[in-house]
This record gives sequence, C-alpha cells and structure tokens, in this order.
Amino acid sequence: MPGLEDLYREIILDHYRTPRNRGELETPPAVKIDGHNPLCGDEITVYLTVDGTGDDAVVTDIKIGGQGCSISQSSASMMTKAVMGKPVSEINAVMRRFKTMMGIDGIEMADADSEVDLGELEALQGVVKFPVRIKCAVLSWNTLSNALDAALNPVE
Amino acid sequence: MFDVAQIRSEFPLLTDRTIDSERLVYLDSGNTSQKPRRVIDAMSSFMETSYAPINRSSYRLAGEATEAYEAGRTAIARLVNAPSADEVVFTKNASEAMNLVAMAWGRANLATGDVVVLTEMEHHANIVPWQMLAQERGIEIRWIGLTPDGQLDLSNLDELLDRAKVLSFTAMSNVLGTIPPTKKLCAAAHAAGALAIVDACQFVPHNVTDVQDWNADFVAFSSHKMCGPSGIGMLWGKMEILDAMPPFMGGGNMIDTVTFDGFTTAPVPAKFEPGTPAITEAVGLAAAVEFLEDIGMANIRQHEMALTRYALDTLNHRFGDDITIYGPDNVEVRGGVFSFTFRDLHPHDVSQVLDEKNVCVRAGHHCAKPLMKTLGVNATTRASVYLYNDESDIDALADGLDGATDIFGL
Ligand SMILES: Cc1ncc(COP(=O)(O)O)c(C=O)c1O
Repeated sequence: MPGLEDLYREIILDHYRTPRNRGELETPPAVKIDGHNPLCGDEITVYLTVDGTGDDAVVTDIKIGGQGCSISQSSASMMTKAVMGKPVSEINAVMRRFKTMMGIDGIEMADADSEVDLGELEALQGVVKFPVRIKCAVLSWNTLSNALDAALNPVE
Repeated sequence: MFDVAQIRSEFPLLTDRTIDSERLVYLDSGNTSQKPRRVIDAMSSFMETSYAPINRSSYRLAGEATEAYEAGRTAIARLVNAPSADEVVFTKNASEAMNLVAMAWGRANLATGDVVVLTEMEHHANIVPWQMLAQERGIEIRWIGLTPDGQLDLSNLDELLDRAKVLSFTAMSNVLGTIPPTKKLCAAAHAAGALAIVDACQFVPHNVTDVQDWNADFVAFSSHKMCGPSGIGMLWGKMEILDAMPPFMGGGNMIDTVTFDGFTTAPVPAKFEPGTPAITEAVGLAAAVEFLEDIGMANIRQHEMALTRYALDTLNHRFGDDITIYGPDNVEVRGGVFSFTFRDLHPHDVSQVLDEKNVCVRAGHHCAKPLMKTLGVNATTRASVYLYNDESDIDALADGLDGATDIFGL
C-alpha cells in the first residue's frame, strides 16, 4: 500500500500553502476559463494572455482562481510556473508528458516529448498510486487546454 | 439493550474485511449501508433454489419466484405502514422514484407557470427532475431557506406555498442530518392545495416511518441505504393518485393489452414496473426489512440519537474552533450525519488522511451543490453512522483528524 508520503511530498505541500500566480487578469485582453471536477466540486479558473498565433504563440501571463484540494491547487500552481513565458508548442509537449505520467490513456506522444523535463511536476508522480486523485491533478491542465483553445481561436 | 457488537457480527464485511491488517471504520452509511449475512444468504439461496421469471410463466417455479418478489413489496408496505402493498412501486433507486413522480405525475398535472416548492437542503435527486420539467414547460421552482443552524426556515412558508401545486422535501438531510417536521409540512402543502412529496431516502433506514401518519402523497426511498441490496428502490404513493397517473416508462409487464394501434396499462403497481425487475434484490430487501424489524426501528433511532450526541460532543470538545459541524445541535431533530470542515484542510485531503487509518468517509458536495452554496463552502467531509457503529468509530474518526494536522503542518 502506498503511503501518504508518496502523495503529499514536501514540494506539493509548499505549493499548496503558498500557491504561485494566484489571482485574476483583466478580461479582455485575458481569456478566463472555468473548470470543475463534478465528483468533488473542486473549481478552478484559468486566466491567460498569449502573444502571437498558433504553436509559436507565447503565454505572457497566467493566473489561477478557485478552490480545491492540496493536489489540484498545487498542480495548478506548479503548472503556472511551467508555462509562464513558454511557447504553446512546448506547453503542449509538457502537457502530454504530464498526462502520460498520470497514466491517462490515449495521449499521443511526439518524438521529441521524451526530452521534455517536467521539473517540479515530477513530484506529482505519486498521485498515480491514488487513482481517485488523478482527476484532481489534471483538472488545471484540462482547464489550461481549454483556455489555450479560447485564446488562440477567438470567436470573431 | 442495544448490542452493537452483536449487530456488527452479522455484517461479514465489517468483521472480516481488513485493509493493511486492520478492521474498517465504516462511516459512510449515508451514502450506502453495509449488508448483513441474512440479506446475502437470502439472495444467494433464492438464486440457488427459486430463481425464475415473475408474472409471466405459469409453471410452479415461476409462481414461487413471483411470490418471493411480492414478499419484498409486502415487507416494505409493513415497514412504512402503507395501507396496501399495491401502493408500493419498485424502481431502480430513489432517484428513479423521484423522476417517476416528476415525469409521470408532473407532466400530466403541471403547466407553464405552476409552482413547485423545494428546500435548499435537497439532494440533486429532488432538484434536477423538477428542473428538467422547468426546462420542458416553464414551471416555477421556489426554495424554502434555512436557519443559521441548518433547519428549515418556515417563517414565510405560506407565502412560498401560495398557488403551489407541489411541495417536495427531504425527511432528513443527507448533509445536515436535519429532520424537518414532515407531518406539519404535508399538512401545510395540503392546506395550500399542493401535493406533498417526501424524499425519505435518509429517513426510512433510521426511523419509524408511518406514511399514513405523515399523510404524504408520495414517498421515495432506496433499499441500499437500509441494509438491502443496491439496484432496487421504492415509490409509495396514494392509490387514487397512482391510479389516475399515466405510466412513466413503457414496455413489458406494464400493459393490459397492446394492439397495432396502441396500448392500455396494467393496474398499479405493474403499470409503473416495465420489464424484468430486480427480482433477487426484492428478495434481499425483504430480508433486510425483517432484519431491521427484529432490531426495531425505534431502537435504532434511540441508538443513533445517543451516538449523534456523542459524536457532536466529542468532535466539538476535541477540536473546538478548528472544526465546523453543520446542522442542528439538537438530536431530536437531527440524524447521524456529520458534515464538517476542519481547519483549512480541503475535504479531499481530510478523507485521504482518514483513509490511511481505514476510516471511510465521504468528501465532496454530497449531491447537494445548491446547499453547499447556502453553507458558503465548496465541499465538506461527511461522516455518517448506522446501527453497526458505536463510540469507538467516532473516536477513530477524531484520532484520524488529529493525524491530519501533523501531515499538513497547519
Ligand atoms: C436525501 C437523498 N435523496 C435521494 C438520494 C438518492 O438515492 P439513490 O442514489 O439511491 O437514488 C440520496 C442518496 O444519496 C439521498 O441521500
């Protein structure tokens, strides 16, 4: 049986106690997308600004709102650090690596993805041993994915 | 003497199942209850000796199975003091029973602008079917609010019931434990010319239920919360109302005759039971009712009132301002359900830490998202007790909460 120390690693608790990039951005120019986990009621809001178009667009700012458990909150906090200032192509690669690490089926990895360094996000690896918590860990990433869609394909 | 050790010994999962070599502290009966040996045995022995179709075939074995299935209906009628077993309709669960009322009675009797009154402490099962009807035909939904201690605020009841066609409410909140004055609410509904519909899912397993004394029109509940199997639920309704209603779902068993041009319906309750029902489950349910009757519903309520007092006192005493337990403090109007928030910890993290100690609780919105909004929280942790729980289970919960503080260093 995996122990709680596999789940609640110190770096996760640090991001939970002191979440990075919490707050709001003005919309527009930012896009604002809500995500929730219907199972437990966790709610997250991603505010995002990008500069440029397509895969070369760069995330210029990101902020997180909402409430959730230590896993969903710390995952969101780490995510903001991982994507800030990064081009969309790189973010998508990290997202594929991360979701694969979470044991999510059907993620098609690109050739170069194995090179991607997950950095702090590796700390969430222990979540896989607690299957009901995987949804908590990927909530922010799924919401980011929707936010990127909205930012890159604005409805006229 | 209410002998919890003796009762617990009749539940194989509670005595034999271990995780990490330790017994389970099962505090999630508000979600679903564990099953006594008697229910498990009744179901397997029925399948081994008497299983056959019901209501369709004329051989002796089929007659036997039909009788066993109908014995479930009789047992339920006896348990809730229904005037006739024919007024008990078997469904899949309480949710389906509520949908049956909203879709069959509601579609036939409610028109645009008609008013349905609910309370802010309803389970989604008593909200969404009405909201579906509201989308379909623009009925108006009004909400009875709550007092600060989580009881129904009935100060403006007359106003809310003005022109209402339905008052539908829970006889015990699955989040707050609140037990509202059901008989009084049914009378108020009738005085306003409205139907009284009771979601008794949390009430029937823990209390003496008398649908005639309530004078309700419909009462819905589920087998799986009262020591019976999952997969079968009940709608009790007054015969004249059931009789006048159109069917809910169509198919075999619910018809009188079918031609190329149309159909006529079977009498109640078959009219509302299309297809092959949960036969084995009805047999298990009958065994569950007998099990509960042997112990006595009044005794179960007595035991749970004492345990509720103990739980409220223990948790408040040990954790003071660090814990917020929702719902009334008076155990006369509250059942054994404890939703709480603990320090700044998220319920998911609380339940994770408790799970490490084999303490099984539920974290989340408990299918009552509007109520969470009223309480001003996103989620709570909920412990809920039943006849097989005792003070040691509450102590294990409290010890587990102590552990949570250490891990999160708060
Ligand atoms: C008050 C209340 N109503 C309705 C339901 C729905 O019951 P079921 O899931 O058996 O349909 C529940 C179950 O959680 C409940 O607690």
